[in-house]
Amino acid sequence: MLETAIILAKIWGVLLTLVTLAAIMTWVERKQSAVMQDRLGANRADVFGLRIIGLFQPMADGIKMFFKEDFVPPKGDKFLHTLAPIVAFFPAVVIFAVVPFGDVLRIGTLEIPLQVARLNIGYLFILAFGGLTIYGTVLAGWSSNNKYSLLGGLRAAAQMISYEVCVGLSLVGLIMVFGTLQLDLMVKQQGELIFGFLPAWGIFYQPLGFLLFFPAVIAETKRVPFDLPEGESEIIGYYTEYSGLRFGLFYFAEFIEIIVMSALFSTLFFGGYQVPYLYADGFVFPWGGSWNLPHLVVVLLQLGSFFIKIAFFCWLQVLIRWTLPRFRYDQLMRLCWTGILPLAVLNILITGGILLLIKG
Amino acid sequence: MAKIDYHNLPVSYKTSVQKVDMGLWEKIYYPEVIRGLLLTTGHFVRNMIVHTAHVFGMMKDKRGAVTYQYPEERRPIHRRYRGRHRLMKKDDGTERCTACMLCETVCPTNCIYIVPEEHPDPTVEKHPASYEIDILRCCFCGYCVEVCPCDAIRMDTQDVEIAGWDRTKMVYNKEMLMANITGPGAPPEDDPAQWWLK
Ligand code: SF4
Ligand code: SF4
Repeated sequence: MLETAIILAKIWGVLLTLVTLAAIMTWVERKQSAVMQDRLGANRADVFGLRIIGLFQPMADGIKMFFKEDFVPPKGDKFLHTLAPIVAFFPAVVIFAVVPFGDVLRIGTLEIPLQVARLNIGYLFILAFGGLTIYGTVLAGWSSNNKYSLLGGLRAAAQMISYEVCVGLSLVGLIMVFGTLQLDLMVKQQGELIFGFLPAWGIFYQPLGFLLFFPAVIAETKRVPFDLPEGESEIIGYYTEYSGLRFGLFYFAEFIEIIVMSALFSTLFFGGYQVPYLYADGFVFPWGGSWNLPHLVVVLLQLGSFFIKIAFFCWLQVLIRWTLPRFRYDQLMRLCWTGILPLAVLNILITGGILLLIKG
Repeated sequence: MAKIDYHNLPVSYKTSVQKVDMGLWEKIYYPEVIRGLLLTTGHFVRNMIVHTAHVFGMMKDKRGAVTYQYPEERRPIHRRYRGRHRLMKKDDGTERCTACMLCETVCPTNCIYIVPEEHPDPTVEKHPASYEIDILRCCFCGYCVEVCPCDAIRMDTQDVEIAGWDRTKMVYNKEMLMANITGPGAPPEDDPAQWWLK
């Protein structure tokens, strides 16, 4: 009974945090892009004259989405048209289930792992559900009964399938180093030190792996500079025929994806919830000296560090989105098949060679 | 005359799209991408510092954004800006216009309608019984101001917010044009910059 309650609490906690963060992300994206371009950004939405730098904008957007006409093309497939945004939204949220956001929380004799699902196939689970988002885009294009949407959907499918190969292969090196697919075990290993002072984060084991994984993931989530599937005004994307809340769901899924992918970057390559030199009972510094901390403080520090890492990667992704121009479609495909893919395979070979040398 | 080697033209001659030859440095993307990101990060950091300083009341002389927050903050308008028209008055308060019809004739959009009338004062020939400008058709060329022999019409009201709910209300009649409603920053009647009038 208690077990079930804890699991439900974790699920709802994670879900609500994700949705809230995604709503804030829409605001962050607006404001950050504005500041980058010497503007101020949306700052007019107010409640009784109170503006607080435009923080009401996401709410105003939500209200607008609710009251917009929800249009289904008369010759489109109503069922699939409704299903598509849900299919696009669901995997984005579900992926976060295997991401550990903290170590074990101990209350008395109770041990609560701060992770929704401890799956031993963690990373494969992420790949599988990442692959599911393709159905969302293809279904959206297909059910709209619009040639341009269909083409957009197919374009998206081709891009995402191509980059899925890259996402999978660029991480094989990391899996070889850690010897596990389970994300919380990966993060545990990243709490150790290399040469006695460098935190054993994935980025230090697999710098090339990260440089390949990062663009592949951005392409997989269809963000600029790889946003051809959407191409809002120029090449017409798969959700042209969507309006109202259904469009809102697509839009929201994109922002949740940003957060989930940021969590993934930090989990795989930047030590997840680990704070350098922080162990289960406090700091132990490599230059001698230690600082004991109570358990609760340690857990809070870990949560905070994870949150800061996520915030940094969200910031970075928005920065990239508002800096780089879009790739052309052939450039995009060439980058995938002749750039990232061979390098990923090379990375696997090099990693294998080094592991063989070290471990014999 | 030098012979052109058609087989070995530079790339730019062969294709309509200008191709930029990229070296290895550009082709591996990352250095150039990071350079671009550093540029935008520079803007971001600088503007964030300025915005944060503004909250604490510092660095008021620097702007965090180049945009104007329109209804509260207006862009300065140049003195010679051609805004909405106004009809000038004589000292006794009647219109200066003599209904010579020059502006109606010169107006490229035919948006001035004048009905001339005999002036009650026998020493003055004519005056407009009605003077209307259809502001929706006006292209703000300023020819009417230029052509007027008695400086009876000017466009120095600095009024740029010409908007309305109804097309019929956008035809400005003589009374409206003579009301001398001026926008912010309009020059005063005895503006020293208008020395040429004297
Ligand atoms: S500004 Fe030009 S278009 Fe407008 S009323 Fe004068 S002459 Fe006509
Ligand atoms: S040109 Fe001047 S004087 Fe002649 S009709 Fe027009 S405003 Fe009146």
